[in-house]
Amino acid sequence: MEATDLAWLLAAFALVLLMFPGLALFYGGMLGSRHTLNMIMMVMGALAVTAVFYVVIGHGLVLGDSIGGFIGNPVEMLGFESLMTDDGSGSTFWGAFYVLFAGISIAIVASGAAGRMKFGAWLGFAALWLLLVYSPIAHWVFAFDDEEAGVTGGWLRNVVQLHDFAGGTAVHMNAGMAALALALVLGKRKAFPGRPHNLPLAVLGAGLLWVGWIGFNGGTAGGASFLAEYVVLATLLAGCTGMLGFVIVEKLREGRTTTLGMITGLVAGLVGITPSADAVSPIGALLVGLFTGAAVSWLMTLLPKLKIDEPLDAFMVHGMGGIVGTLCVVLFGAAAAPAGITGVLFGGDWDILWRELVAIVATCLYSFVVTFVIAKAMDKVIGLRVDEEIEFAGLDTSLHAESAYHLSRN
Amino acid sequence: MNLITAIIQPAKLGDVKESLAEFGLTGLTVTEVAGHGAQGGSTEYYRGTAYRVDFLPKIKVELVVDAEQLESALDAIRSAARTGEIGDGKLWVTALAHVERLRTGEKGSAAVAQVTV
Repeated sequence: MEATDLAWLLAAFALVLLMFPGLALFYGGMLGSRHTLNMIMMVMGALAVTAVFYVVIGHGLVLGDSIGGFIGNPVEMLGFESLMTDDGSGSTFWGAFYVLFAGISIAIVASGAAGRMKFGAWLGFAALWLLLVYSPIAHWVFAFDDEEAGVTGGWLRNVVQLHDFAGGTAVHMNAGMAALALALVLGKRKAFPGRPHNLPLAVLGAGLLWVGWIGFNGGTAGGASFLAEYVVLATLLAGCTGMLGFVIVEKLREGRTTTLGMITGLVAGLVGITPSADAVSPIGALLVGLFTGAAVSWLMTLLPKLKIDEPLDAFMVHGMGGIVGTLCVVLFGAAAAPAGITGVLFGGDWDILWRELVAIVATCLYSFVVTFVIAKAMDKVIGLRVDEEIEFAGLDTSLHAESAYHLSRN
Repeated sequence: MNLITAIIQPAKLGDVKESLAEFGLTGLTVTEVAGHGAQGGSTEYYRGTAYRVDFLPKIKVELVVDAEQLESALDAIRSAARTGEIGDGKLWVTALAHVERLRTGEKGSAAVAQVTV
């Protein structure tokens, strides 16, 4: 790998690492002040557990020679043993980068458990989810066939030939569906959730996520290339119009524009551009953000109406956001953009529609069902949920013997 | 001796403090409180979900005055805290059995008399 490429990728890596404290503050600020530290612990703990299991076995499940297109053969990559010498292609860098991809996916799922899950149970769940849900789906999407090396990849990438630039399916739809499944198994919060306790903190977190996303999409470009330039631009644009899309719908619905809405739209826009950053024009990127932000805003009141308590809306923001972003490629992919896909609105072949639909349905269905089964099984065996009095007292003091603020009245 | 208690709009604290100072009343205690009167609460929206906020932030101002200072103190607070809108707050006076300045042991009016520093 060229030194220039590696230099950018190492910088991008550092940016992506910022997404973890970013997500922790984004979620922590959105909760009531009694569960803030627990939320932060779940996000940071997700990365910690991921590193262990990903190094031991996960990487091979994702990138190893495919067993029927469904899962990688982990034997050759156990313990990252093969990454100790320079193979000239940056494999060691990608090993590290993939730890972050897996970690951020699980960290998003944590939001579904906000305010009511045992911490040890969460860490155990995160390990199982990494191996049984993330690894297969990431294999389907991220493992390319490599004829030279004689390696077969995942079925969505190579047989269905989906277009997903940086993980709209394996990271975002997957995490969104899993958060919903976990929330359903856990059940509704018993203690009145209250208002978000610190929106400026949530804004700081969303801002760090945006910075991280530049590394996430820019690093996925694979080097210091035109593609990296292009997707960084698209990532900026979609974040901006995501904010607008969300608050416009809010203004029409409640007559107010809100700070929480603005940063939720920002994250939704970034989710939308993750699968599509290399495939739409600059105006297209603005539209991806606008449509994703608006759609997520419009759909946001659906789950509360159905009496489903998915506390921080990962299903809407990441699940539905990922779907909208993917459909944007189908609709207005621009032939002149690096991916060279012509959307159906510009006379492109309709065949991309079924490719994307298969990818969406397969990812969402597998993620939801398997996550639900894992959570249900763990709940039966060890119990996932904290006692009611702990929930009312707040997880911070009860589980961690700390409180986020010593000045607050509650 | 009298305890004046005023529940006012947080934004009016500065005006009330200055207005009292004009009458030479410089000693007061301020607390952040929450409550509602005729105004009721308000509704806030988070991601489209409405939250009813029943208790609004207010400021409680307390000061001890003798009979001579009472009317001017009440005037000072009234003139500074009133906007005419619902939610301006309340003002009441309580009779006190005993007032004492801890530093000197002075009692009654002497305990609340202005001190030149």
